[in-house]
Parts: sequence; structure tokens; C-alpha cells
Amino acid sequence: MSRSIEKAREYLRPTKKFPTVWCPGCGLGIVQSALVRAISRVGVEKNAVTVVSGIGCTGRMPAYVDFNTLHTTHGRALAFSTGVKLASPSMTVIAVMGDGDALAIGGNHFVHACRRNIDMTAIVVNNSIYGMTGGQYSPTTPHGKRGTTAPYGNVEHAFDTAALAVGAGATFVARTSVYHAQEADRLIEKAILHRGFSVVEIISNCYTSYGRMNKYTSAVDMLRWMKENSVPVSAWDKLPPEKREGKFTRGVISEKELPEFIEAYDEQGRRLTRTPAAVERVRDILTAYDENADRLRVADERSGEAESGRGENKT
Amino acid sequence: MADTTARVLQGNEASAIGALAAGVDFFAGYPITPSSEIAELLSQCMPLINGRFIQMEDEIASIAAIIGASLAGATSMTATSGPGFSLMQENIGLACLAEVPCVIVNVMRAGPSTGLPTQAAQGDVQQTRWGTHGDHAIVALAPSTVRECFELTVECVNLAERLRTPTVLLMDEVIGHMRESVVLPSGDEYRLVRRIEPPTGLRDYCPFGECVPEVAALAAFGGEYRFHVTGLTHDAHGYPTMVPEEVDWKIRHIVGKIESRADQLASNEEFMTEDADVLLFAYGSTARVAKASVRALREAGVKAGLLRVRTIWPFSQKRLRELAPGLRLVVVPEMNLGQLVVEVERAVCGEARVVPLGKVDGHLFEPGDITEFVLEEVGA
Ligand SMILES: Cc1ncc(C[n+]2csc(CCOP(=O)(O)OP(=O)(O)O)c2C)c(N)n1
Ligand code: SF4
Ligand SMILES: [Mg+2]
Repeated sequence: MSRSIEKAREYLRPTKKFPTVWCPGCGLGIVQSALVRAISRVGVEKNAVTVVSGIGCTGRMPAYVDFNTLHTTHGRALAFSTGVKLASPSMTVIAVMGDGDALAIGGNHFVHACRRNIDMTAIVVNNSIYGMTGGQYSPTTPHGKRGTTAPYGNVEHAFDTAALAVGAGATFVARTSVYHAQEADRLIEKAILHRGFSVVEIISNCYTSYGRMNKYTSAVDMLRWMKENSVPVSAWDKLPPEKREGKFTRGVISEKELPEFIEAYDEQGRRLTRTPAAVERVRDILTAYDENADRLRVADERSGEAESGRGENKT
Repeated sequence: MADTTARVLQGNEASAIGALAAGVDFFAGYPITPSSEIAELLSQCMPLINGRFIQMEDEIASIAAIIGASLAGATSMTATSGPGFSLMQENIGLACLAEVPCVIVNVMRAGPSTGLPTQAAQGDVQQTRWGTHGDHAIVALAPSTVRECFELTVECVNLAERLRTPTVLLMDEVIGHMRESVVLPSGDEYRLVRRIEPPTGLRDYCPFGECVPEVAALAAFGGEYRFHVTGLTHDAHGYPTMVPEEVDWKIRHIVGKIESRADQLASNEEFMTEDADVLLFAYGSTARVAKASVRALREAGVKAGLLRVRTIWPFSQKRLRELAPGLRLVVVPEMNLGQLVVEVERAVCGEARVVPLGKVDGHLFEPGDITEFVLEEVGA
């Protein structure tokens, strides 16, 4: 049995009916494989991973992968992820979202998640279109391209997802495409290992809803476009401006260290437990129902959980 | 030993303290008057009780976060008011369908839209029942006193956990902001209910399958079992299904597990109903006023009584049906233009005249309002 089939057996749901709901040639299968390979490389236990999604073709991914999985409402994956992570800090939380899901209806959650720097990973599968609903234009549909609701060409201008993430404060931002499947593994792996909020944009192909309307001849033709129009970050600066036109960069676009939200929150809590005035104030509130105030924690009680859990899962 | 000292507390504070007593260890919210005191108090306490608080970017995110946290094993809650409650509706539906325990406190203010941010109303009663799309059921409890803000918050947590469903503490602004001298129940006066977890070692855990006995056992993410949760209609394993029998079972289950327990979950207070032929039916702050009206009406020679409900949803018809044959008139004062009165009419079923008394000017009823209305109705 080949190694990749073994991996598939290990990480895909045995009870789930395959094939997937995805069209033949859709880039989502490649993203799913890359995700699974990345998680396998990180070496985190399946029970310690939660994959969360919103709605869309991309949103269907959690049903197939054998982790804790949560398929939520359109646009809200990161908000649900935030709750999962805060309740279970040792969990590796990964949100997979379509471009419409992450950046239109979920745009507000996206920028705030970038700003907060909770240790989670957001994978944005950018196929430049609302795939599931049949090809309406999305916030990443390029200007002039067609969608079923942009029959004469898109009047609007697209978001640069990665630039948006950097601007909103994400501490790790990377981009690649489904043509560059192995690079996708490595970038997702890096993103998971990054301590803080990480974003990986994966340019994907939706021949069914986007390609046919925009003069691509096949799903493969779209992959060829990705190959020919992407430039590694390292080569971008050397490229004259006229050659950058219409191309996208791939690789790690931005990476920085900033305090992680839960670590900072818990550290503040530990300091408070050593601050008599704060303890007294809360004790007074708790005494209203329980003289012993037995939920009041003693200093440093929490310190173990988040850190040791994290070490276990992320080495 | 219980602390029997009386304190002056606000309804919102008592609800927040009730949440702590009930074991709530995760709160996500977005500020909105008249509910913000709950978030403020919990933000102060959470870091010191091994809990976590987060202020999300909006109410959609807040309810999403508490659902996510609950699935990861937390006891979670949010608090809001009308505009935020409207934003939460889609995800409340997800919690209903995916059977995720969580608590939403809605301190009602006058609407629609931004309405009157600091003034009272009871205009969200039917929205609470039917706000999210599709067939579902909901649990909603309405306190009338500061002590009940504590007690019913605990009860909301208990019912959410027991029935695996979102529950709503439906306060009105008056109750949320009212200060009363109160002795809160001590630990031995209330009990805590927690979700049933599956036994270890199961070969095939079905998170939406067999009820034990009321709902299926719920494991936490990160434990022994990995499973799928979705807002798509799903089978016993949680995978999307369109098989008619499975879909039908699912919807009847999420409705039935709550509606079939309406009488069991009913919690009423009665005042002078024994010989009453005129019944005031009320809840929340309106019930406090109605009680004063009952006294006034008795003095005026009208045999009035009060039925106050704490459990708004599921609506129990039982007590009304028992009382109906002896009644000639039921008056339902509400700070809206007639919302729960519809349910009262259905229960009384023509055995007595049911009359709504609506108030939507942002102000509380005064006892005189109700008294005079009743006197006119009975032709006294
Ligand atoms: C609140 C809400 N509005 C609209 C929809 C309909 N809807 C389903 S998927 C989708 C767009 C999906 O596009 P994208 O996020 O790019 O994902 P893709 O299908 O392309 O992977 C829309 C608009 C919905 N499910 N919920
Ligand atoms: S519609 Fe597009 S995105 Fe959706 S499965 Fe088909 S090819 Fe993929
Ligand atoms: Mg898309």
C-alpha cells in the first residue's frame, strides 16, 4: 500500500461516504490532502485537532477528515473556532473557509481574528467565486472577470487576502496555490506550528462555477494559469513592475512574534491572583452565593494546563 | 454555611452571579444596554475562577463562540438585548439543530430596531420562540425578582445542559436594572445539572443517536471521541442526511424533547386564584404590577387573581386549562401589543374571554392602568 493511501486511511473518515460532494477537478481535494499531510507532519494527535468551517464547497471539508469537526454557519467559522480554542487551549484549531465565507460575510470575524492573535490557523481557499451557490462574484473575483451576478464583468475590485491579513495584524501570513500542493503542506505545517494567529491563502480552481465563465478550457488549464502566474516571494522584489501585473506571490509573506491572546489572558489572571485587592473584590462577589467562594482559584493553578497541553500536541 | 446577609443587588448582577454559581466558565459578549453589567461583572471574575471572558466583534460572533466553547466542554453563556438578539438568531438555530447547550440572556428593551435603549419592553417574546428559521423549540425563563435572576440563570444553565439546547433568560429592562435587597440562595438551595457524557470505550459513539433518556450523551471535543457537528440536518452520527425518515426524526426530536416537557418544566406563581373569576396572566416586571392590581381589584369587589409564569417557553397550557372553567375574564398585560396572549387564548380555548392589555410607550405599567382596565372590562 502506498504511503499516501495509508495516510488517507489514517486521516480520512472511514465511516463517511466517499466520493466527496466536490466536482471532478476541483482544487478542494488538493487542499484537503495538503491539510492532512501537514497535520500528520506536525505529529499532533487526531483527538487534539478541531477543524472548523463555515458554508460553501470549502465548508464541506470537515465532514471528510477524521478530527473533531464543526461545520458552522456561513462566515462564522473563526468565531466558533475562538470559542473552541478558549475553552480548550491545548487544541490545535484550524478553520477552513472559502473566499466568500472568510472575506465577505465573515470579513469582520476575519480581521478581528487577525488582530487578536489567538493561536489558530485560518486556511482561506480562494477560488475567486461563490462556488457552492453557482458562481456569483465574490470579494476576490478580479475586476472585469465574470460571475453569474457579474454577467458583464465585475465592476468591483478584489481583496488581496494576504495583504488584508497582514494589515489586520495576523502574525503569520502565507500564500500558495493548489498547483503547488507540496508547498501548501509545508506552509500549513508552518502555520500550525506558528504561535499565534496564522493565515494561509490557497489559490484554488473552480472550473465549474468560475473557469467556464472566464474562458478557461478545463480545470487543468486553471492549474496551468497558477503555475505561470505565481512568483515566489523571494523572486518578487527582483521582478520589474510590468512583469508583476496580474501575478501573485507565494511563500511566507509575513511572520512576526507577538504575545498570544490566551497566554496573555492567563498571565494576567495569574498576576491577579497575587493581587489581594482583586482577589478580595471577586471573593466578595462570590460570597453572595457561597461563603467559601470555592471557585476562586489559588495563584498559578492554571499555569500547567495550557503550556503542557500545548507542548504535547505541537512538538 | 450559607451567607444569609441581605445585599442590594441589581437583576443583571444577580444573573451574572447566578452564572458563576451555575459553573459558567466561558462568556463571550458584545456590549449593549441594558445588559452590559453582566459582561462587566463576568469579565472581572472569569480570570480569577479559571474561566475565560472575551469581548467579540459582534453578537453573531458571541453566540458562535459560546457554542464552540460548549462543544469543547465549557459551560457557556452570552448576554445581550434586542438588536444583538436579532443578530444571534441564525446561530441559535444551529445550537437547536446541533443540540449544543448554551445560555443567552436577553435583557429586553423597547424595539423594533434601536428603539429605546434604556427603556423596558417585553417585545421579544415571540422572537424568542420563532426568531430563528425552521421548526424548532426553545426554552425561555422570565424572572420577576432579583433573586429569580439568580435562580433562573442557574435553571437556564441546568436546562441547557440537561436537554442539550440553547436556553434564554428573558428579562426585561426593569428587572435587569432594578435593585432590590436580596438574600441569594446558598449552595444547598439549588442543584446543578450537567450534560450526560458517553461512557468510555464505545465502539460506535453516536452523538445524535439514542437518547439516554432525554437526549443523546454529549462528548467534549478533545476527549475520547471524534465526531462531526453540522448545521445541516444530520443523522445519528452527525453526518448530513436527506433520508426522509432521518430528517423527520431529527426535527421531531429537537421540538419534542422540549415541547413534550412543557408541563413538567412549567413554573408558576399564583396569587389569590382559588376563588378568582377574573385572572391576570403576567410575567416579568409586569407581573409585579399585576399583583398590586389584584389587591386593588379585590378591594373594589372584583374576585381577581394572578397567574404568573416563570417558564415562558415551552408554554404550558395545563394550569390555564384547569382554571378556565371558573373564569369569566382573563386579562393579559404585556409590554408589547399582544404576544404571549396568543398562547393564553389557545389554552383557554373559548372558555373565558381573553383580553390583551398592551403597553408600548417604554414605560412600566402602573397598578392603576391594569386595575382600571379590568374594572372597565367587567363593567364595574
Ligand atoms: C447567511 C447565508 N447567506 C447565504 C448563504 C448561501 N451561500 C452558501 S455558500 C455561499 C458562498 C460560498 O462561497 P465561498 O465562501 O467562496 O465558498 P466556495 O463554495 O467557493 O468554496 C453562499 C452565499 C448561506 N448559506 N448563508
Ligand atoms: S462548484 Fe467549484 S468549488 Fe464547488 S466543488 Fe465544484 S469546482 Fe469545487
Ligand atoms: Mg469561493
